[in-house]
Amino acid sequence: MDGIHDLGGKHGYGDVDHEVSGTVFHARWEAAVFAMVNAGARAGAWHNFDRFRHAVERIDPVAYLAHGYYGRWLGGLETLLVEAGLVTTAEIEQRLKRVSQSPPVSFNEHVAARPKAQPDPMGPLPQMAGSQRAIPVPSEFKVGDRVTTATEVQDRHTRLPAYARGKSGRIAGVHGGWVYPDDNAHGRGENPCYLYTVTFDGLELWPGGDPLLTVSLDLFAPYLKHVTCPANDAQDAQESK
Amino acid sequence: MSKSHVHPENLPQALRAEALEALLVEKGLLVASAVDAVITRYSERVGPMNGARIVARAWVDPEFRQWLLEDGTAAIGQFDLEGGQVEKLVVVANSAKIHNVVVCTLCSCYPWAVLGLPPTWYKDPAYRSRIVREPRTVLHEMGLALQADVQIRVWDSSAEVRYMVLPEQPLDSAGMTEAELAERVSRDVMIGVAR
Repeated sequence: MDGIHDLGGKHGYGDVDHEVSGTVFHARWEAAVFAMVNAGARAGAWHNFDRFRHAVERIDPVAYLAHGYYGRWLGGLETLLVEAGLVTTAEIEQRLKRVSQSPPVSFNEHVAARPKAQPDPMGPLPQMAGSQRAIPVPSEFKVGDRVTTATEVQDRHTRLPAYARGKSGRIAGVHGGWVYPDDNAHGRGENPCYLYTVTFDGLELWPGGDPLLTVSLDLFAPYLKHVTCPANDAQDAQESK
Repeated sequence: MSKSHVHPENLPQALRAEALEALLVEKGLLVASAVDAVITRYSERVGPMNGARIVARAWVDPEFRQWLLEDGTAAIGQFDLEGGQVEKLVVVANSAKIHNVVVCTLCSCYPWAVLGLPPTWYKDPAYRSRIVREPRTVLHEMGLALQADVQIRVWDSSAEVRYMVLPEQPLDSAGMTEAELAERVSRDVMIGVAR
């Protein structure tokens, strides 16, 4: 989806607030959200982490930027707990009144959670741990192959960032079969496919940018196709002679 | 963007988290002690000290270094790690003319088992948006001035593969023990925002 989460290459977010210290939780509630995410998974509110990642992507976009990492997790968590029927929004609002004696004016202005009335099907429980799955056919590409990335995008989970759409790169690694997040997040099954590291020249992604930059991404086979530019084929034929 | 003058415990999302926590405990879905267990685990046992031990081993043991770069997942097997998020680990080595840096532009993927939980800035929009586009400038702002002829390789963790940077051994650390070397390795050099 073309969501607020897809930040690569966007302008306007300012300086990195570089904290050198190793503090992992800056307030107790952040650790509570972490523990609740573990609990939500155990309770079956989602069957795979792709679904959780997508729930975070579709929270309120203002909250996505304003609530911080654990605020985003909280939004995804509440979304999936409500969609799974484990809690209701009304129950949360009720507890909220007890927690806070004098709620701030903006209290419910940007609730992050965005539960759907008609959620996606849960999909099957994974039959094995992890995300790697053997595929009984050879990989589509090998290291060194030139590929181009897909240009189309739908309103659903994907792991092809906008900045790498419609670009040409080279296969730099072949990682075997992995669960396909674009389907798995929506309860459409694991549908494993090959995963590749694809390396792009910086100038391909950012014309006029840093000539000594490369950016590598791990991309699933359905995002990729062979470059079929006739000029390139002719060049390959020359090189192979 | 992440700056706020409200105390972190009084933010609307903090209060909502507190309300949800109370509700989940009441429903028997969450054990109250689970929160402290998370804090202990990720403050004391799962953190960048694990990655530092791996880097130090690679500095003193050339065979291990080669194994780590060829098959990071297998090579770290002997370190008895917990913490998840490393189903596949790829370790990338810096050299005099190559600098590696890691990001996740779509969310905040990070190799928990070797580096612990990511710092806040790694998860913030500024780092995620800019490091793939103008890394030389961002690194400079973060205190790392790379020479103009150093090639920058950015690794955007867009699937389940996780990345860690193997830094060059500091010249002044020759002769140190493996344990002393591990003390010299910071979280930031293993992400690639320092050297």
